[in-house]
Amino acid sequence: MESLYPSIEPLLFTVERPARYVGGEGGSRTPVHGEGLTAWLLAYPDTYEIGLPNQGLQILYEILNDRDDSVAERTYAPWVDMEAAMRERGIPLFSVENHLPAAAFDVIAFNLSAELTYTNVLNMLDLGRVPLHAAERGADDLVVLAGGHCTYNPEPLADFLDAVVLGDGEEVVSELTVAIGAWRALDESERTRLELHRRLAGIEGVYVPSLYRPSFEGPRQIGLEAIDAAAPEIVEKRTIADLGAFDYPRTPLVPLTEVVHDRLNVEVFRGCTRGCRFCQAGMITRPVRERPAAQVVEMVKRGLEHSGYDEVALTSLSTADFSGIESVVSEVIAEAAGGQRVSVSLPSLRVDAFTVATAASIQQVKRTGLTFAPEGGTWRMRKVINKLISDDDLFAAAEAAFSQGWRRVKLYFLIGLPTETDEDVLGIARLGAECVAIGRKYHQGASVTASVGGFVPKAQTPFQWHAQDSLEELTRKVELLRGAARETRGLSIKWHEPAATAAEGIVSRGDRRLGAVLERVWRAGGTFQEWSERFDLSKFRDALEAEGLEEAWFTTRMRSVDEVLPWDHLSAGLHKDFLIGEYEDALSEVGLEDCRWTPCYDCGACTTFGLEHQVASNRPPAGGSQGTGQGLELGVRVPVGLGSKGS
Amino acid sequence: MPTLPARVRVRYSKTGRIRWTSQRDVARAFERALRRGRFPVAYSEGFSPHPLLAFSLALPTGAESMAEYTDLRFAASSEVEGSWRVAQEGEAPELALFAEFLGELMPEGIEVQAAAALSGSEGSLQEEVTSCDWIVEVTGMATAQVQERVDALLAAAEVPIQRERKGRMVTDDLRPGVLSLELVGPGVSPGALRLHTELATKPRGVRPAELLRGIDSNLTLARVRRQSQWIARDGLRLEPLTADGELLGQATVTQGDR
Repeated sequence: MESLYPSIEPLLFTVERPARYVGGEGGSRTPVHGEGLTAWLLAYPDTYEIGLPNQGLQILYEILNDRDDSVAERTYAPWVDMEAAMRERGIPLFSVENHLPAAAFDVIAFNLSAELTYTNVLNMLDLGRVPLHAAERGADDLVVLAGGHCTYNPEPLADFLDAVVLGDGEEVVSELTVAIGAWRALDESERTRLELHRRLAGIEGVYVPSLYRPSFEGPRQIGLEAIDAAAPEIVEKRTIADLGAFDYPRTPLVPLTEVVHDRLNVEVFRGCTRGCRFCQAGMITRPVRERPAAQVVEMVKRGLEHSGYDEVALTSLSTADFSGIESVVSEVIAEAAGGQRVSVSLPSLRVDAFTVATAASIQQVKRTGLTFAPEGGTWRMRKVINKLISDDDLFAAAEAAFSQGWRRVKLYFLIGLPTETDEDVLGIARLGAECVAIGRKYHQGASVTASVGGFVPKAQTPFQWHAQDSLEELTRKVELLRGAARETRGLSIKWHEPAATAAEGIVSRGDRRLGAVLERVWRAGGTFQEWSERFDLSKFRDALEAEGLEEAWFTTRMRSVDEVLPWDHLSAGLHKDFLIGEYEDALSEVGLEDCRWTPCYDCGACTTFGLEHQVASNRPPAGGSQGTGQGLELGVRVPVGLGSKGS
Repeated sequence: MPTLPARVRVRYSKTGRIRWTSQRDVARAFERALRRGRFPVAYSEGFSPHPLLAFSLALPTGAESMAEYTDLRFAASSEVEGSWRVAQEGEAPELALFAEFLGELMPEGIEVQAAAALSGSEGSLQEEVTSCDWIVEVTGMATAQVQERVDALLAAAEVPIQRERKGRMVTDDLRPGVLSLELVGPGVSPGALRLHTELATKPRGVRPAELLRGIDSNLTLARVRRQSQWIARDGLRLEPLTADGELLGQATVTQGDR
């Protein structure tokens, strides 16, 4: 097919940020399509700036383009101005490399990282002229796939997806290529959609929604059965055992225009076993798999040479926990940059003074702001969520930061957590005020920002049964907190819009009936719902009402642990007993150690798949397995009650 | 180890898809290329050091150019372990090699045309450049009408247009900034007409899109290309650096599709 670029270019004078649509990034490929090659269109359902840095898509992009039976290009959600121009001129969704229409591809694969982007998935299918519902697609239509963290409850998008991939994509993407290629080569009589779905369902880690049927009784889902012999009863996620075997991306994309996280990103480990009970990422990505330190240094070195970036982020869910992080950081600075200035950032710092020392060693010059995530305002709250940081840990971290030259400290908190009281909410202001007081000892202008998000219980976590706070309650708590914070000069509160939290909650634990709701929101113009200027809760509420569904059923309702959950047939390896036990321990304020450095309590993530943690050092970080800074030695318990599973 | 002058003026073109990036994006592309090449770039002092690059007047996003410039600084004291160093007195820097190598490191669509040593006494590009030649292609009106509007603009004593300055709308007279304007015939873009114009950059510059509004608000921009930037000196129009590598020289070739 021919490039659409000549018809796209005249639109570019009329739209914001036209560089979003032209491609040309360092490291990008312009593959030649051809007979026998399965062509993938990798799609991120948000703007170019948000989607380009996505590491999952960049990894798959290289793997697919390096195979000799596949090619891959990328696409992002066109912003509303561009979408309007495209629809007016009849221009379909296109790839940014060769500017080919979606119809030139065999597969469109979405990364799902946030629930509020789901309506963009529908919009992109529509713009790509792909029949919206999987059931309407024929033998010649694109295969619509999805992967990413949100796929652990994909039911709201089940009607629109041919297949969903659970877990790590590095290996399964090749199996999908082979299976789709073989299906495409079938005689016309055999090349049916059902045949495709059966073949995909046979791949480990792949869920094909059309082969399962949920049943409802009133508002309640009472079951979900496999309706085809090809469909396994439970779909288990894919896990790569050795991150060191996949040193991707090797030539990371270097965009021509500014994007978020515009720097070299090198993933140092995958998985996290700190066991924060609210954290879906920490639950679904287990076990911990560290990249060998030498490979990290090599990837940084190669990446800096390839990109010319002056900043590298060592990414993971808790980078300070990487074995020997200090030596890796100093090696990166010394070796990789060849005398050039390079700044290293460690997203997700642990809250303790030790971590600040590491940060100080790398940020020699620019000490503007440092961020910590205590998540809960009181020790009681943090025991509930298993984020075992004491007030003193935080104060020591703040003391270390301000005394070493930082002037701003940012603290991340959640509100609306299970069992939360007003005292817990006010604890956020109290912690903030104490940190400001510590800062003022060192600088007149020291300031603290507390950034507050509303908690949304997620699938496959210990809180999956718990009620979400109502919009009214969350709003009240935000106001309560703002009122308390006003008393402290130097403390500011930033908060996430509670209405957006409400909408995210509807979708996060929704069942298959949410498909019709999302379709209504999209048809009502509800795209880019994660953008505050576009977000509109009333579109979700109107759509729920039109479908005869109650918002509270999905959000503020307490579920019992024996009820059928819409995602019960999907597994991240975690035993349900483990999740229930963690939920019970949370409600009784009992913590759990990090199993990287303590005996296995069999959550299921390792034992289900015959895996083990891959950790270069079996020594816990200074401060014990939870890094609490309380002087714990290896093998000594953290000073909170522990559940029976730990011993 | 090849050598560089401490101060270098680079001339480059920006054509093709990369023209949809902003001036800031191009600056960042230069910074990345200079790091990739391990050139001994000089940095500013202070809290947040940045590489010392100075560009001429920003090219609007979407415009192509045959004549863009940036002045670079290199440090003899640089600790960068590179294959280049700053030339000492009496050493001849290898400018052609530098231009070629830098060009290879830049993204597609940016061609490094020439590089020349600066003594340090030259004025900055932003101060020195007084006007630019542009090719502007427009659609939306017939030839005769456009000719009429062009003639009317040239004949007018004042051409007031509204434009935003520092967040508020002000009325400016466009006319003094339009040094020449000519309808030359059909353009390269389908159905477009081509205008050649010289627009002043001082005291208050005129951008091609503003010129269009001054001619007729029914016109739509189809294509813009900066052909030259000029420094007025002793009654002559000089280029900051010619494509042949001569500092403050007269244009010897007319580049591109004039």
